Parts: sequence; structure tokens; C-alpha cells
Amino acid sequence: MRITQGTFSFLPDLTDEQIRAQIEYCLARGWAMSIEYTDDPHPRNTYWEMFGMPMFDLHDAAGVIMELGRARTAFPDLYIKVNAFDSTQGVESLRLSFIVNRPNHEPGFGLVREEAAGRAIRYTIRSYAVDRPEGERYR
Amino acid sequence: MPDDGPPDEADPGSATPSLDPGAALTDSGVEELLATLDAELVGLLPVKTRIREIAALLLVEKLRAQVGLSAGPPSLHMSFTGNPGTGKTTIALRMAEILHRLGYVRKGHLVAVTRDDLVGQFIGHTAPKTREVLKRAMGGVLFIDEAYYLYRPENERDYGQEAIEILLQFMENQRDDLVVILAGYKDRMDRFFQSNPGMSSRIAHHVDFPDYTPEELFAIAGLMLERMQYRLSEGGVPALVEYIALRREQPNFANARSMRNALDRARLRQANRLFARRGAPLTRDELMTIEAEDIRVSRVFGTSEGGIP
Amino acid sequence: MVGSETERPAPLDAADRYRAGVLKYAQMGYWDPDYPPKDTDVLALFRITPQEGVDPEEAAAAVAGESSTATWTVVWTDRLTAADTYRAKAYKVEPVPGSTDQYFAYIAYDLALFEPGSIANLSASIIGNVFGFKPLKALRLEDMRFPAAYVKTFDGPPTGIVVERERLDKFGRPLLGATVKPKLGLSGRNYGRVVYEALTGGLDFTKDDENINSQPFMHWRDRFLFCMEAVNRAAAATGEVKGHYLNVTGATMEDMYERAEFAKELGSVVVMIDLVIGYTAIQSMSKWARRNDMILHLHRAGHATYTRQKAHGVSFRVISKWMRLAGVDHIHAGTVVGKLEGDPDMVQGFYNVLREPHNPIDLQRGIYFDQDWAGLRKVMPVASGGIHAGQMHQLLTYLGDDVVFQFGGGTIGHPMGIAAGATANRVALEAMVLARNEGRDIWNEGPDILAAAARDCLPLQAALDTWGEITFDYSSTDTPDFVPTATPA
Repeated sequence: MRITQGTFSFLPDLTDEQIRAQIEYCLARGWAMSIEYTDDPHPRNTYWEMFGMPMFDLHDAAGVIMELGRARTAFPDLYIKVNAFDSTQGVESLRLSFIVNRPNHEPGFGLVREEAAGRAIRYTIRSYAVDRPEGERYR
Repeated sequence: MPDDGPPDEADPGSATPSLDPGAALTDSGVEELLATLDAELVGLLPVKTRIREIAALLLVEKLRAQVGLSAGPPSLHMSFTGNPGTGKTTIALRMAEILHRLGYVRKGHLVAVTRDDLVGQFIGHTAPKTREVLKRAMGGVLFIDEAYYLYRPENERDYGQEAIEILLQFMENQRDDLVVILAGYKDRMDRFFQSNPGMSSRIAHHVDFPDYTPEELFAIAGLMLERMQYRLSEGGVPALVEYIALRREQPNFANARSMRNALDRARLRQANRLFARRGAPLTRDELMTIEAEDIRVSRVFGTSEGGIP
Repeated sequence: MVGSETERPAPLDAADRYRAGVLKYAQMGYWDPDYPPKDTDVLALFRITPQEGVDPEEAAAAVAGESSTATWTVVWTDRLTAADTYRAKAYKVEPVPGSTDQYFAYIAYDLALFEPGSIANLSASIIGNVFGFKPLKALRLEDMRFPAAYVKTFDGPPTGIVVERERLDKFGRPLLGATVKPKLGLSGRNYGRVVYEALTGGLDFTKDDENINSQPFMHWRDRFLFCMEAVNRAAAATGEVKGHYLNVTGATMEDMYERAEFAKELGSVVVMIDLVIGYTAIQSMSKWARRNDMILHLHRAGHATYTRQKAHGVSFRVISKWMRLAGVDHIHAGTVVGKLEGDPDMVQGFYNVLREPHNPIDLQRGIYFDQDWAGLRKVMPVASGGIHAGQMHQLLTYLGDDVVFQFGGGTIGHPMGIAAGATANRVALEAMVLARNEGRDIWNEGPDILAAAARDCLPLQAALDTWGEITFDYSSTDTPDFVPTATPA
């Protein structure tokens, strides 16, 4: 399957040119950029690993692209995403977040149902990926 | 609602395809920048000439590229040598703008650092620190002041070498993304380049910043006084001229900065002189005027006031 | 200002003021052009159409009086109170540009007139009494200004735009939704099928319609059970957080709480209420939503009965402000290009009032007061009604990123099926956002961008082929009074 998290997941994978353009858009607005990666793309997994500190005060996308290259070299088979943070009062949160790297094979999620009282069901989602230990999840 | 974007003025990509260098210089806005340079900064004639020469080379390269000729990507890294206060940082800023107008640098900002910004205090600290500076500078110009301090061969636990390695890599591989300008005293820079031939070979342009002439220093002082809304008395003028002549010969002379310091001290003395003279109210003229005595008490003239020139 | 000096009544002393009998409102103190509105006053702007022969200032004073302390004749009991404070003051009257019989009347109300944190009290005070008043042919509440002192007595949206995005983990683009169609008649199981298809296909939300509550063809419990099965299946299929606005509107508060609790038990992220439940119920549900980490969607059912006509009623602008104070997270606020009423400037005004931290005066967009929201969270506007993927560039340009686009017919009516319809909308949206961020002129190049995206997405191509030509072009009934004038050459 193909998880469709992030802003541009329904489009074909972005080229480096397109990624650069998006980063320039964010930098023009004074947003800070960061790169994160994970092997567990559960929709409630808010905290992916940070690849280095968030980058403030950049004028040009080249710096982020460089870090992205290093992240892809380090973790070619994991999910990697680029985030933009807006510190304006009233926002103080993310403005953009899109996936820039995926494992070749995405096992996806299973839905676990637990019957509760009446006809109610308690649902939980399990990532198939975490059935295997870290390091062996995407082969 | 939809609106038309502003017409693009200084975008080099949209410059007219004429091969007329004069037109190209004007169209790209570089002529205007160079003119501003001439007007705003006193003296620095050899530097201004050199900047013009470099601009001409880069412009011609652009024109050649337009007709399909290419000598390979030009190396733009530079070294600025000279005493403090001779305008190195200011010129670096202007150079960043010029490079941007000519399309060699994407954003045209300047990031000015020293060794401490690049080198870490413990193992593993340097690489991320240097990279962070480089990321901020990418798209613009990185100005490293007193760059020779990166190289401390006598201290084997010094991490400066790591920073140098990373810089060299960048200067070679990321020429589209970054221009580096190293700056410092001439003799020390020369020694630095001798010990680091890799660095030296990547520098395309060496620009030397000579000390200002006494006349230029006097003019700079004059501009400063005008901006601060002071004036020299008749006697003050020769006093200042003599002061400049003497001070230049002394150690730790920082050109324009030294002028600034001297004027600040003169203001201090003027203030105390006026204050001591209580009784009659002060006139506007008196408040504005620096007298000869405010300058001549300086140690530079060999008076007994201790310590401060 | 209208009315000559000689017609303005002179101020009266106490003995004259309170002698039994009938006085003009303007003489009773309700018209005071020298009154400087305090920072803590609640201000209201009314559009008044006086009956023939009624002075605009007198009409304004009458509105001020009848929406505060007046009655048709003088009463001595007024003197037992600090009457001057409680009297609302009409402090400015101006003719409406381009009209001969309408006036803007600005009225100031002292903060002491209002109960803290109660929209029921606010509306009862301002509109509870005055709209049937005979000396007025028509009356519309156009805008209100709430001082920070008053704003702070409300909790505001329980979630707000920022937290909603953080909970959904969706940033940088509008959200997508669809109302389940047909509006009525589907069984629970079939209803859930629509939800599953639409969410799996790419929408973020699906929605109960305003009149889906609990009817013979589908009891609310069954709808909730089947919908949550569909929502969770779709979440597992896509890896995204999904939601369905479960309509908990009921006959009584007890019913509503019961339904909301069940929604929570089943793990929904969002519940929905209709405007017709009333302001008190809305505030109760807002409190409940905050306590239960639930996004609260408000359908503005019934609003057009009183918001649509320019001369009479309450502007939707005011309703939006009241709802932001009362505390909802989503509110339908207009699409501009869809099937329902909405002038572009007026709609942008509504969106600004819901979403901005501070609204400066903007007459062209119908914002008549400087309004500081004192840190109150922002409401996500919802654009719903007759919009389709082919309009994506216009929607994005008019309405921005912090909005929910709901394509009901545009999803479910897709020739290749519901999931394909959802995918078409999602691809169109992402492609348009991508292009806009790159700096392209989406207003003019929109159709090209959509066509290019459609080359990689058959459902989008089919959607454009089916609906590409549809527009809804009727003249708006609620248009700006202030339009930019051409500057002389």
C-alpha cells in the first residue's frame, strides 16, 4: 500500500526540484525547517525521529536539500518527511509537512477490533511494520 | 483576489539579450551598485578598481554563456587582506549584492563569522557547527574574518582542521551554492595559505585593502563629524591632521575605526571642557564645536595624559 | 450626517426628563453624538430603514432604546437605577452609500448590560426586542465589536484550527469533506459504505447532513456504529486520521449528551450540531467538546432565513462572531463559487472574522469595526454546496488554506464511483497547492494545472470531463455597500 500522510501524498513522488520549490516557499515566509524519519508510520505516531536540529535562519533551500541527501543516505528505507514551523503568535505550529522518502515496500496497517458492550467495537490500528524489530522492518 | 505580480526589475535572467556590456551592466543593476560604492565609501581606490574588474569578468562570462561559450563554472571565492577598519566587511556585503545581481548567487545575503562560529569545543562538535553555518550561508556569501585562526598546528587537539576540511569540500563541490570570502591581516593570511595549499588553490581573487591615506582618513572623520552633527573649530582642523599623521604610525591602528574612537574621545573632552566652564549659558555653536585642545590632549602628541591615545 | 441642527432635540434636565408622558427617544438620552465609545463598550452597527417621516437619528435612538432600557413611555422607576449607564447610546448615524432610505446607526452598550460568557443573553439583549418595532420598515444587525473584556469571558472554540491540524496531523492544505448523499433514506449499513469509500478514496472527513438526526429509516445509534466502522477501516487503509461528523442534534439536551457520549465511546474525533439547537445548547455542547477532546462542527442550518436579505435580519458576519465566542470549531461560511448565496467580498469578510487573530476595519469586506480577538482560538470555515474539483483554483484563491472544502455531489456523483470522486478531489487539491507554493499564477493557470494533474489521475480526468463547465452565476443579494472607486488618472 502507500500511506497517504503529509501534504502531497496523492501526487507522484516529488522530484528534488519540486522539493526545493516547496522549501523556498517556506523559507520566504520565515518558517523553520526540519527533517524527521521513522520506521513506524502509525497515524498517531506524532514523534518521528529528528534528523538533526530544526534549521532556523536559512535563506536558501540548498542547506535543507543537503541535509535531506544525508538523511536519505543514512536511512534509504525509512519514511522521511520535511516539516515547516511557523512561530507567529496564534499559529506556533507546523505549516507544511510532506513525505520525501518511503521504503520500497509499505506493509500498511491492520485494523484490530475488540467487541465491547452492545454492538459497539473498540478499534485500534496496528502497523504491520512493527511486527518485526527495529532495523528489520523494511526488507 | 488575483492580481498581477510586480514587474521584475533586477532579475538577471530576464535581462535583455543584447551583448552590449554597458547595457548589461546597467540592466542588471550592477552599475548602480558600483556607483553607490563610489559615492558612499571614501578612498579605497585600488579596491574599487579591483571590484570593477571582477564585476567585468563575471559579466563577460554571463554574456559568453548567452552565446554558448563557457570556460567552466567560474571560481568566485576570494581573499580580502588588510588592516582592520579598511572596509573589508563593507565591501564583502557589496560584493554579495553584485554577485546576486549578476546571477552568480541565488539570494545575496552575507553571513559573517569567525573561527569560534565554526569550530567546536569537543570531539564531534565541529562538523555540525560548521555545517549549520554553511547552511545559513548557502545561497549567499560566507565571510570568515581572521580565517587563519582556523589553523593551529601547534595544538594537536584543535578541531580547526576539521572545519577547514569541510570548508574545502564545500568550496569545491558546492560552488553554485556558496561563495566564500576569507579575510584578515595580509602577512598572516599569506602564512595561512602557504600552510594550506588546498585553500589557496581555491581562491580565485586576492584583494588587498591598503590603509587609508591621511587625506582619506581626514575625509572619513569629516563625514563622521557631520553625521554626528559636530564641527571642527579653525584650530581643530590642523590639530586633527597632525593627530592622524601621528596615530597612523602607532601600533594597533584600525583605520576608520580608530577615527571613530578618536572622535568619541574628543567629544568626551569637549563635554568636560564645557561642563567645567559653569556660569554662562552655552550657545548652540559651542555645543557643536570641537576645539583644538579637545584633540591635543591626546597621548599621541606626547602629553602627560596617561594611556589613551 | 443627516438632520439639521435645528431639529436636534435639546437635552432635558431631570425633572423634565422623568415627567410622565411620552418623549422622543432622542430626548431620553438614547441619541448622543458626543459620546465617545469606551474600550469596554460592546458596539453594534444596525442598518435601519425608517418609516416615512421618521428622523434617522430618532430611529437610531429608538433602536438603541428598545435594545436596552427604554419603553414607549417614561417610567419613574428608571430613577431607582443608574439609568444613564444602562442606556445604550446611538453615537453615529450615516446614510448608507448608494441608498436613499437606509442609514447605518452605531450604538454603544455598556459592559454592565451583559452576562459574562452568554450568547443567549447577548442576542436576547441586542436583537430580542427591537426588530418588530413599528417606526422601522426594516432593520439589520450588520456588525458588532466585542471588547477584549467581553471576549475573555468566553472559552471560544474547544479545539481551534491549530489544534485540529495537530490532532489530524494534516498541514499545509485545506481539508476535504463530503456530505453523505442522498440526504435522507439510506440505511445505516449503506450509509457507512459511502463513508468508507469517500474516506479511503482520499477525503479527510465525511458528514451527516443537518436533518439526519434519528429517523425511521436510520436510528442514530446504527448510523454511529456503521460510520465508525467505516472511519476506522479507512484509517487503516490509508494510514491517515479520518473522521465523520456524527450529528448529535436531538430534541433535548439529554438526548444530545447521550448521542455525544456514544460518539466518544466509539472513538470519533468529531461531532456535529445544527444551529437550530439554539445558542444555549451550542455553548453546552462546546463545553462538552472541550472536556472530551472532540472537534465540534456546526452546520448553520436555518441561517439564511435571516441572514440573506440586505435590508432586514442579522448578517452572517454577526452570527460568525457569536459562534466564535460561543465556541465551535467548524462553521459553514460560504463558497463564493458554489450553489448557495455568497458575494466574494462578503464571504471573505466572514472567513476573516472566523480565522484571524485581529480584524482591522475593512469596509469592502463588510467589516465595520476593529476587532481584537484577544487570543481566542480560530474557527475553521467550511465551504460546502455545489463545488467541484474543476473550481479548485478559484476556491484556493478566494478561501486560502485554513478551510474545509466539502464536495458532496462532487464526490458521490463521480462517474467512476465514490472513491474515485474522492481521489479526484484530493489530487486536484494537492496539485493546486503544490503549484501555488511554487509561485505559479493559479487563478489563470488553474485549468492547465488540473489538466496536467489529470494526466496521471484518471478519476480527476473523468471529474473534469463531467463537471468542467458547471458554474452557478446568479446575482448576489448580499453585496458590499463600499466598493473601491477608480482613482482619477
